[in-house]
Amino acid sequence: MDRYQRHIVLSEIGQKGQDKLSHSKVLVVGAGGLGCPVLQYLAAAGVGTIGIIDFDSVEKSNLQRQILFGTSSIEKNKAIEAKRRLVDLNDTITIIAYPERLTYQNAIQLFNQYDIIVDGTDNFETRYLINDACVITNRPLVFAAIYKFQGQVAVFNYNNGPTYRCAFPNKPIGNTVPNCSEVGVLGVLPGIIGTMQANEVLKIILEIGTVLSGKLLCYDALTYQTTVLNIKKSEHDIQKVLLAKENFNQQELNEYCRVEIREVSIKDILKKGNIQFIDVRETNEHPKIKELMVTEIPLSIFEQHIDKISTNKEKALFCHSGIRTKTAISILNKHHIHDCYSIKEGATEIVSYIKELQKEESNE
Amino acid sequence: MLVTIKYFGMLAELTNCNEETIVFSGSYISELLEVLFQKHNSLKDKPFQVAQNNELVPLGTKLISQEIVLLPPFSGG
Repeated sequence: MDRYQRHIVLSEIGQKGQDKLSHSKVLVVGAGGLGCPVLQYLAAAGVGTIGIIDFDSVEKSNLQRQILFGTSSIEKNKAIEAKRRLVDLNDTITIIAYPERLTYQNAIQLFNQYDIIVDGTDNFETRYLINDACVITNRPLVFAAIYKFQGQVAVFNYNNGPTYRCAFPNKPIGNTVPNCSEVGVLGVLPGIIGTMQANEVLKIILEIGTVLSGKLLCYDALTYQTTVLNIKKSEHDIQKVLLAKENFNQQELNEYCRVEIREVSIKDILKKGNIQFIDVRETNEHPKIKELMVTEIPLSIFEQHIDKISTNKEKALFCHSGIRTKTAISILNKHHIHDCYSIKEGATEIVSYIKELQKEESNE
Repeated sequence: MLVTIKYFGMLAELTNCNEETIVFSGSYISELLEVLFQKHNSLKDKPFQVAQNNELVPLGTKLISQEIVLLPPFSGG
């Protein structure tokens, strides 16, 4: 085939290697900054089946680095939009889009259908979920994570190698580690790091080179300093995951659920009176909700501004996807403030709901 | 002895340096961290792992290298 000619002429790959690629199934979790370049190269390389799972929708601020999307993708689901672009790139492979959130309930069944799992998510909750599901289903995990100008890449759970928990045993709590939307990220960084992930996936499938197993590669885009750290396997941390296997699907994605978080839809909360709406996103995040009286308290400085919380109103908190809201509510609970709701919808959906509502009202 | 500490990610911002060299007279990594926490209070409640001789090690490990790395987990994607 002409399409893969440059692969096939490589003696390390050949037709045999290309066939291995076309018989492989890879699941990419998160079609964001990392997921986009991974998906682009895997589809171009002819990986036979590619799954994409992402519940989120494209925002204008994503276009700076999430290279599969264009202006026409804004407000549409990322998994579906990524598939749309990839089908055009390579229509000879199978691409499956899952426009939903990865959860403890769907992960095992989904991972069982793929050979390799790629972590392109942006939060610790899902990263630990992915690691544990990979341990349980015995799938190699091609991991990466980024911060501003730096990235980390590793292959976990490969041929009985160390897992993510062997490197980072404990999930960071609350808001001790900021994410991209809070601190920003150099657009090209996930491009570099995601391409390294794609490289590891191809090496695993083709069985060439040395897979980055048992190692954590740390890269700094400003200095080109690359540090490779060795990770020792911790049987204790792996066994802990395997022992809890039976209860895996009973876990909830967010630990803070245990502190009882009342979720409410924007529709229902608008029916209630005497509510303080609180936006816990960082001040640079959009869209702003101008139609409501909103108190802005970014999660990064939330605890220092508890005094802005109303004492005589019920509180309804929102963010972009609902994860930071739960962290904020757990902080409020810690301060014995309990009459709070987490709005199920993110800011984008809240704005479109209110606009819809206003349209209906003006028609009446 | 002189020990050089390299800070990755947000830790470099908290300490205002990518690396620093300090005089240290203890013998364990956990003791070295106590010294660093006194110098940089904001490091205290941050999650990170420590690497010595390019290997991630538990905090109770004896300090044998003159260079260690403090590595936080990244969440971004």
